[in-house]
Amino acid sequence: MTSFDFMGKRVAAFVVSILLTLVAIGTLAVQHLNLGLDFTGGTLVEVSYDKAPELDVVRQSLSTAGYQDFSVQTFGEANDILVRLQQKYDQSVGDSVTSALNNADNPVSLVRAEFVGAQVGDQLRDQSGLGMLVALGVVALYVAFRFQYKFALGALLSLGHDVIILLGVFSLFKIEFDLTVLAAVLAVIGYSLNDTIIVYDRIRENIRKSQTSDMPRIFNNAINQTLARTLSTSGTTLLVLLALYFLGGDMIHNFSLALIIGVVLGTFSSVYVASALLLVFKLQREDLIPAKKEAVDDELP
Amino acid sequence: MLNRYPIWKYLIVLLVLAVGFIYALPNLYPEDPAIQISGERGVKAISQQNISQATSALEQAGIDVKATEINQGSALIRLEHANQQLSARSVVTDALGEGYVVALNLADSTPDWLRAIGAKPMKLGLDLRGGVHFLLEVDMDAAVTQRMNVDASAMRETLRDERIRYRDNSVRDRAITFSFLNEGELEKAEGELRSQYNQFEFTTRQQGREHQLVMTLTDKAVTDIQDYAVKQNLTTIRNRVNELGVSEPLVQRQGPSRIVVELPGVQDTAAAKRVVGATANLEFRLEAPADAQASEVETFGFRNDPSRKANLSNDVIITGDSVSSASQGFDQNGQPQVNINLDGPGGSKMNRATRSNIGKNMAVLYIEHKSRTRTVMENGKQVEKRTPYTEKGIISLATIQSALGNRFRITGLDSPTEASELSLLLRSGSLAAPIYFAQERTIGPSLGQENINRGVLSVEVGLVLVVLFMLLRYKAFGLIANTSLAINLSLLIAAMSLLGATLTLPGIAGIVLTLGMAVDANVLIYERIREELRNGMSPQQAIHAGYERAFTSILDANITTLLVALILFSIGTGPVKGFAVTLSLGILTSMFTGIMVSRAITNLTIGGKSLKKLWI
Repeated sequence: MTSFDFMGKRVAAFVVSILLTLVAIGTLAVQHLNLGLDFTGGTLVEVSYDKAPELDVVRQSLSTAGYQDFSVQTFGEANDILVRLQQKYDQSVGDSVTSALNNADNPVSLVRAEFVGAQVGDQLRDQSGLGMLVALGVVALYVAFRFQYKFALGALLSLGHDVIILLGVFSLFKIEFDLTVLAAVLAVIGYSLNDTIIVYDRIRENIRKSQTSDMPRIFNNAINQTLARTLSTSGTTLLVLLALYFLGGDMIHNFSLALIIGVVLGTFSSVYVASALLLVFKLQREDLIPAKKEAVDDELP
Repeated sequence: MLNRYPIWKYLIVLLVLAVGFIYALPNLYPEDPAIQISGERGVKAISQQNISQATSALEQAGIDVKATEINQGSALIRLEHANQQLSARSVVTDALGEGYVVALNLADSTPDWLRAIGAKPMKLGLDLRGGVHFLLEVDMDAAVTQRMNVDASAMRETLRDERIRYRDNSVRDRAITFSFLNEGELEKAEGELRSQYNQFEFTTRQQGREHQLVMTLTDKAVTDIQDYAVKQNLTTIRNRVNELGVSEPLVQRQGPSRIVVELPGVQDTAAAKRVVGATANLEFRLEAPADAQASEVETFGFRNDPSRKANLSNDVIITGDSVSSASQGFDQNGQPQVNINLDGPGGSKMNRATRSNIGKNMAVLYIEHKSRTRTVMENGKQVEKRTPYTEKGIISLATIQSALGNRFRITGLDSPTEASELSLLLRSGSLAAPIYFAQERTIGPSLGQENINRGVLSVEVGLVLVVLFMLLRYKAFGLIANTSLAINLSLLIAAMSLLGATLTLPGIAGIVLTLGMAVDANVLIYERIREELRNGMSPQQAIHAGYERAFTSILDANITTLLVALILFSIGTGPVKGFAVTLSLGILTSMFTGIMVSRAITNLTIGGKSLKKLWI
């Protein structure tokens, strides 16, 4: 078993965490998130070919013409093609797409070009926000019930830390934030919580077993005992994610990126935010083991 | 003895596995392009005669039919070739005539014995497989008229409350006109209305002996009303699609007056089309007294007996818009009914109207905006011509026994299907304007084949990496973990198929991610076993203690995550909901396989034997 002094370096870790969180909040406030087609809407162009074209050739010609973030699909018959673009709708977009696709042996005509609204309504946005808050509240209650309220607070702050920094990275580097990334953020919440609870569980077990009140030592022991498990699990998860990131193509690129960042953050925060905060909250043995004195007091007349 | 399961535990594990494998099985069979026929309103059943009519028409048009079937009043015609699907639909629509809904469909080809036990494959999402695409046109003129009728009705009420007498009232184009006998009444009316209705321009004129107040909607008000109508319809249609239980649909605005609905391979496209495009609404009106002025009376027929008619007042007490919730039920005679709850303002309006009219009759009007579509040849091209019309029929006319509150029920519906669809429509909110189907197509996948191939490849590589990692790190126990991982995957697929989940590429990545995380349970247990071995326990004791002590950690960690997933499921919509389903199912199956199945395998192979050393 390893015996690293994790808690000894907690001040340095706090500084890093606070700095990252501040930077993330700053960039989110200043340049927001780079929301994708799902949230903003875009432009839809329907064109009709004389003969059914190869879809990959269509995609190729759009790329060559400098378009980014588009989707191409057949629409009813194989020679009708639907192109969705990220950019805002304007009058000329239909013609410029048509001319980009036109070639001599398979002429293209424009059927329609129109703006399309967001796929995600305000309703979904509001409801997801509300859902997230309720979910966090219920989790806090459960942790407070199974462990103690200081643990609940630690778990909540560590979740907030992970989500804010993750969103901050997407905002800072202007990486497109679409529905798949939203799903990834939700998965990160699940993962990070999982990790935190495993470490908490061991801390609780060790506090109950041990005779000392030297909290940093108990914590170090617990984290070292779960370290092999933490590395194995985040290792397997990261293996999957790296495969998705490098081989998976555009569609799941940002999804896997969000999860890679999230898994790293979640592993870090379960030790240095969730657990280290318990020391800040002055967790005592008595918080987990009800003091015997009170029981005696009750029996007094 | 340590690490032995009683026989019934092995049997339970075996039973779950068998059920899981059977329900995962339909995913191995491909889908057929098909068209689906059902009767309008869900009333008219499709007969064998309809089918032979349709197939002979298809034969004449040179379209190859693979198979036909009738299922609960709707028929499915499977086709050999996907590219003939569109022409097949127009051929069948023309052959059958009015009264039938003909929709495009992708039918699964699950064998009968599997379908008999309710097994069905998972649907592939819009990105992987495509689906059906409906383009709905919002009737912008009707949006304005509908709104003006509501305004006019409210104005009449204001005038009556203020005891201002008007002779006549009309709504035409974009103007509401009131006629008065003298100028004094007109001025009083204008003063009363001007402050409340600033979206109108007020003018007065004299015509013969009548003084008229003409209120015309401003251009800005018209655009506002229309924009609101499209947005409101968008919300309503989103709700309806969600109520249909289609996961991963796409509903978005397209252009100024249209709404796109894309559904991934829905089973019952005809029902989807009926519900998405339905414009049914209700109006509650009092029966007009015998001495009422002709201008204040409208005559309607009964829906189930058009020859019977009744005179109803012009004024609408409330419409279906005031309904806050609705559910389908049956009355004591077994007739279908819809139970309705009104919102606050609707309830008090209803109460006020019924309180002062006890002993009189109140009617429930069923309103449907429809359109006839005919394909005509124009300049050598096929063009679809559409003529909109509105059908209004009384479904019930009953004496008001006592003042009504905000809960009551509606009877007089044709069938349970109609009752359940009406309650769905009332629940999901009303349309601010009628809508029409402007276009229906099947669409191809939005992702390119190359993109799909890469996604699938990456998922496979990820999975292989996890399997290798577990083998290298936990050796013999890694083999057990991998076996339970494979079982986990098929259980997850079975559960998702049973729930009718839709598979998208990010969804697949999510499944693989849950698998990556699912090994966590085994990792926790094995690390604990190793630890106990180091502490000097015997192999059997270490296995026992490992499973025992890791259990609380696993339980706590999974229950918290499950809580998050359940709440996201109950509150979230659309994609958030889909993700929550995958996550919660993944947690449940991985807990079962991680704890029960892997333990069963361990117990079965090495449990109770005397072991010197564990190969872990």
